[in-house]
Amino acid sequence: MRLPSYRYRAPKTVEDAASWLAESPGDTMLLAGGTDLIPNMKRRQQVPATVIGLRGIAALSRLDTREGTDIGAGVTLTTLVRDERIRSKYQGLWQSAAQIATPLLRNMGTIGGNICLDTRCTYYDQSFEWRQAINFCMKKDGETCWVATSSDRCLAVSSTDAAPALMALGATVRLVSALGTRDLALGGLYANDGMSYLTRRPDEILTTVHLPEPAGWRSTYWKLRRRGSFDFPVASVAAAARFDGDRIIEARIVLGAVASCPLDVPAAGTRLAGQVLTDDLIAAVADDAYALAKPMDNTDFELVWRKKTVRSLVASALRELRGDDMREARVRLARHPLLVVS
Amino acid sequence: MKLRLTFTVNGEPAEALVDPDKTLLEVLREDLQLTGTKHGCELGECGACAVLVDGQPLLSCLVVSHECQGRSVVTVEGLTVDGRLHPLQECFADLGASQCGYCTPGILIAAKALLDREPHPTRDLIREALSGNLCRCTGYQQILDAVEAAIVRPGHASARDGRGGQS
Amino acid sequence: MSRRVIGTPRRRVDGRAKVTGQTRFADDIILPRMAHCKLLRSTVPHAKIVHVDTSKAAAVDGVHLVLTGHSFPIAYGILPVSHDEHALCRDVVRFVGDPVAAVVARDEATAERAVRLIDVEYEVLRTISSPADSLAYPEPRIHDYGDFGNVHKAVALQFGDVDAAIAGADHVFDDVFFFEGNTHLPIEQHATVATKDPDGKLVVYSSTQTPHYLHRALAKALEMPAAHIRVVATPNGGGFGGKSDPFNHEVVVAHAAMRLDRPVKIALTREEVFYCHRGRHPVLMRFRTGVSKDGTITGLDLQTLLDGGAYGSYGVASTFYTGALQTVTYDIPTYRFRGCRTFTNKPPCGPKRGHGTPQSRFGQEVQLDKIAEKLDVDPAQLRLGIVQPPDSLTANFLRVGTIGLADCIKKVVDRSGWRDKFRKLPSGRGVGLACSSYLSGAGLPINWNDLPHSGVQLKLDRSGGVTVFCGATEIGQGSDDVLVAIVAEVLGIEPFDVRAVTGDTDLTPVDLGSYSSRVTLMMGNAAIQAAERARELIAAAVSARLDIPKDRLVFADRRVFDSADPDRGTSFREAVCMAEAKFGTLGTTGSYTPPRSPAKFKGGGVGPSPTYSYTACVVEVDVDLETGWITVPRVWIAHDIGCALNPVLVRGQVEGGVYMGLGEALMEEQVFRRLPPKLSHALVHKFPSMLEYKSPTFLDMPEVFTDLIEHPDPAGPFGAKEVGQGPLLPVMPAVANAVYDAVGVRVDSIPVTPEKILRALAAKAAGKSARSGPASFPDVPWPETLLVTPPWAGGDGRAANDPKRPSHRKVDAGIEAKAAGMDKGTGA
Ligand SMILES: Cc1cc2nc3c(=O)[nH]c(=O)nc-3n(C[C@H](O)[C@H](O)[C@H](O)COP(=O)(O)OP(=O)(O)OC[C@H]3O[C@@H](n4cnc5c(N)ncnc54)[C@H](O)[C@@H]3O)c2cc1C
Ligand code: SF4
Ligand code: FES
Ligand code: FES
Repeated sequence: MRLPSYRYRAPKTVEDAASWLAESPGDTMLLAGGTDLIPNMKRRQQVPATVIGLRGIAALSRLDTREGTDIGAGVTLTTLVRDERIRSKYQGLWQSAAQIATPLLRNMGTIGGNICLDTRCTYYDQSFEWRQAINFCMKKDGETCWVATSSDRCLAVSSTDAAPALMALGATVRLVSALGTRDLALGGLYANDGMSYLTRRPDEILTTVHLPEPAGWRSTYWKLRRRGSFDFPVASVAAAARFDGDRIIEARIVLGAVASCPLDVPAAGTRLAGQVLTDDLIAAVADDAYALAKPMDNTDFELVWRKKTVRSLVASALRELRGDDMREARVRLARHPLLVVS
Repeated sequence: MKLRLTFTVNGEPAEALVDPDKTLLEVLREDLQLTGTKHGCELGECGACAVLVDGQPLLSCLVVSHECQGRSVVTVEGLTVDGRLHPLQECFADLGASQCGYCTPGILIAAKALLDREPHPTRDLIREALSGNLCRCTGYQQILDAVEAAIVRPGHASARDGRGGQS
Repeated sequence: MSRRVIGTPRRRVDGRAKVTGQTRFADDIILPRMAHCKLLRSTVPHAKIVHVDTSKAAAVDGVHLVLTGHSFPIAYGILPVSHDEHALCRDVVRFVGDPVAAVVARDEATAERAVRLIDVEYEVLRTISSPADSLAYPEPRIHDYGDFGNVHKAVALQFGDVDAAIAGADHVFDDVFFFEGNTHLPIEQHATVATKDPDGKLVVYSSTQTPHYLHRALAKALEMPAAHIRVVATPNGGGFGGKSDPFNHEVVVAHAAMRLDRPVKIALTREEVFYCHRGRHPVLMRFRTGVSKDGTITGLDLQTLLDGGAYGSYGVASTFYTGALQTVTYDIPTYRFRGCRTFTNKPPCGPKRGHGTPQSRFGQEVQLDKIAEKLDVDPAQLRLGIVQPPDSLTANFLRVGTIGLADCIKKVVDRSGWRDKFRKLPSGRGVGLACSSYLSGAGLPINWNDLPHSGVQLKLDRSGGVTVFCGATEIGQGSDDVLVAIVAEVLGIEPFDVRAVTGDTDLTPVDLGSYSSRVTLMMGNAAIQAAERARELIAAAVSARLDIPKDRLVFADRRVFDSADPDRGTSFREAVCMAEAKFGTLGTTGSYTPPRSPAKFKGGGVGPSPTYSYTACVVEVDVDLETGWITVPRVWIAHDIGCALNPVLVRGQVEGGVYMGLGEALMEEQVFRRLPPKLSHALVHKFPSMLEYKSPTFLDMPEVFTDLIEHPDPAGPFGAKEVGQGPLLPVMPAVANAVYDAVGVRVDSIPVTPEKILRALAAKAAGKSARSGPASFPDVPWPETLLVTPPWAGGDGRAANDPKRPSHRKVDAGIEAKAAGMDKGTGA
């Protein structure tokens, strides 16, 4: 399968990238590791006239852990996974990154690309000819949403593994354009819409992800997928909590792959604050998450089952935060040993 | 307009005038006629096209030609040094790690990258490191055995080309 | 004399080429002036082609040729009874992915761009999406041939009074099972290069498992004498049955190369490989089995319903295969088999590893598990009591030779710690057992004739080098290695001294191809014959020259010497010179034709084999009660191989079979999406990609403990039987049986998924049947049953009646007559 024709530009600085992007933001796309964009271009889901390659911008590959942590958008997932500071301070992020795609894809894929990953749908992640055979769909070249034919919006799935983990850890992101710079909470970058899934303007570049110092925080990430590698999540949960002894002071739970955006579970935070993690409390929080999850029939597995598993995932995550030994359960459920070459 | 690509391939300078829309995979196979690197999907979903770029194993089907400028690429053809097979190649051939052989170049590349970073990986770590490569023939066991055998095989053992009797 | 090569674990002869990237697969062939081809495939599942406008494509700079169905008037197909394919569709498209037009251009990118500019006007026909649709809607017919309506083939065979045997049994078990379709997914996508050689003849290099059949198909479709076509099978990057049909793209580029007088290449995308398919048929099946108190089977009444997809392919054979091998495994004195294959608007199904037998193997082995539980006997014990006796004739006239199944069962029971585990592990964990058998080569060729199935030629000359020629095809299984090893063993030289030339219809004698696990046995026997004939010539010459009695001559260590005085002798090279001097230019041949089958009834062509392999397998599972999530930590498998010619290769085949079996058991599905019929006629492959078609990764594959049972079988070369397919078969039922042991629910459908387990657990909790699986088997208008008296009742292998074809067909008489006339030769 061949790439369509496009014009390639390689800026050396964020400023150049921003001004080139501003020239024609509607039909220009940014290329980081290319592990999402290139397949999409081959399948003609995304056909930018101009592609701006970011890999020459040294500033984007910095990983700085002096005050909190600043991760450049161009930092690869492998770099993150090999970083001892990330591993010890932001366990949930580390776990999520270690389970993304495959080792080869993690060598290419960046954190910025992961955050901006196109939403996914089994009616959409198909070749041009396949989509022609269903007369296309609302997200690209067509009108109907085949997942829910009466839906007036696209229900494609947010499939990024890192974003839920980052949101649970309170990440903010920096967006730079020719017009200026803005910082926003990562959650604010997302909209629950399969087509306009980012609030990022087309002329903006994501440059940095900032994580606060994790003093007192513990975090974890549980991912469900068919196989131990390659597969995108069909449901996932990131949980982070600040503890005082056994007692939770504050907590955040974010679900992945059950909506068109990473799904914050606010009820969980409220319910957990000030509490000790008992089995009953864990079950109640799992119910909160279950109620919120809205998987659709556009990924691997049946949607009813995916929704059900959200309960188990949340419960497992909370048990791990409580300090239960979940290693065996994790290997069984995630089929991934969380071992990586350092 | 063609793209003039100047880079290093298997330790030697290479120059090619290529269609700029090509991927590294297509440049290697079509323009440089290095057909040792395979493809099973061209979408990043199988690992058959893995090559080392600046020492890191990447999927050549997802690397655009523009981004190869000045970089150093190693393909399966470059694993053999001075006419001698890499210990991984010896062990793969001896122990049945290559059946149809179609996944083999990509797996050899991923395995080499692993051993370059971690000379004594455990079996579980080998599994993880190779989990971006699919093989439909072997069931993976003989591949794991071969990588383990290569860990202890000293340097470049003498090539033994199907001369009978060896294990 | 002990063996030096055979039986020793060795590096395969093509091992070096494979690990250095030097093996030349079809897409690795690059020829001067080579053009590239792309196919336009149908985007509608079922339609008449009204008009194809190729003008825009033809106008693209760099386009050499645009083709449509007009250029391909002649139909072809793998079985003589179903020549129903055209290289490009002429009037009708039958599935999304059916090729309609082709562009040949200076490079692939140009061809891809141009092919998208072709406009096709379709007149949409009703979408037939399932066997239920095929039975409900005889019209519109997907093909104008076949038994009736959208039924491609319906067969009914009976061996003995099965109804009485079941009625008289102590217990009757009646179970319905479903096995979802799945595909081969070789990592190599199909590719072909065709060119006109300097003489003006056609040469086709292709990733095909069956160069001989491709050769025939090309001759027919292109109306060229076969003698003017050369087909070279390039090493296949995996086949598993998926490269055994002649394919559209092969015919198209062959035609284009002749027209353009330049090489033309086509390399399919992964999506197109899913459309080529020819994989596992989805099969619904019903097993009614009569069982005595002591666990013996009195009779089996089996019905199968196959979703065949849009073309015939090997389908008639596949249909018979769903009923062929039950009796080869277990002693079943009376037997009725009824099978029906329907046409649907999906990529055609065909032969995948185990061809037609894994589906009903699954049903039978799960039912045996249920029987054992009901009778309160250990499932291993139950099976040991009913293993088919060796050197016997089954109720359906299959001659079986050696049977190592009992040994296989005992082996896996011991190795797995079965007795301490079965029904004894904590809830959520369990073990399951299943067995299987498989043919070592189909006893009948696809095109019935009395020619050899495999031919081998040997050339030896004064260099001391030996070249062996055979049409067999290297698809990864190691056929080149087997060929070379056998020749080296017989001549007492090293494999490295032998050069193999294989899979080339110009250079090599015919071998029917790498399918039905036939190569080691058939090619091997032919190779032994050729090599022994060469040895005979050399021995005669050496004996005369050195004055050593011929029967004292030993061929070993690259020497020919006197067994009584090993120092007396000569080098192999000298010995060959002596023979060349004495006899002139040296060349020998060997050939192999399987023994005749005692089955003389119609349909009896499917199932006979020179010998059968046997396998037993224990799978351990771990099932999470909350999610149904299932993990397989360990697999034990024992395979009756007869003799392991190269144990490295044999182990690889066993483990590869387990791998593919686990994929089928747990995740692989070739499934389709039917859009809401009110809004759309679309019927598309749900996910034709390697990401979404789930094939287990390194992290999903358990450790496999393999044992080989070696009782040499007189039918096999050095006693060898097949190993390429058999070890896959027991894995799926063993998984399902293990799940039952773990959580007490039956998943009577493949794949065994967490959703199904949870549904069954929920049903169980609600007091309903603890099962997930199909509810019933539909009414199929079976034809009149062919009645064959079993051997134990004095039958002679012929049918007692000559059933009329079913009368409720609305087929025009001419086609019917033609179909009937062609109704033979299905021994795939
Ligand atoms: C087989 C396969 C399996 C995969 N499995 C997973 C998985 O399990 N989990 C998962 O999360 N992902 C998975 N991925 C997706 C992908 O590999 C990762 O998400 C990766 O991190 C994407 O990063 P990238 O740099 O390659 O993105 P790119 O493809 O370069 O970019 C992705 C998108 O982000 C935009 N973008 C990139 N950088 C910026 C920036 N700085 N500012 C603004 N926009 C930007 C691009 O324009 C594009 O739209 C998989 C991909 C494949 C092919
Ligand atoms: S959710 Fe609907 S609109 Fe969105 S990609 Fe899927 S089918 Fe298309
Ligand atoms: S061809 Fe590159 S990953 Fe499959
Ligand atoms: S050896 Fe055939 S795919 Fe791996």
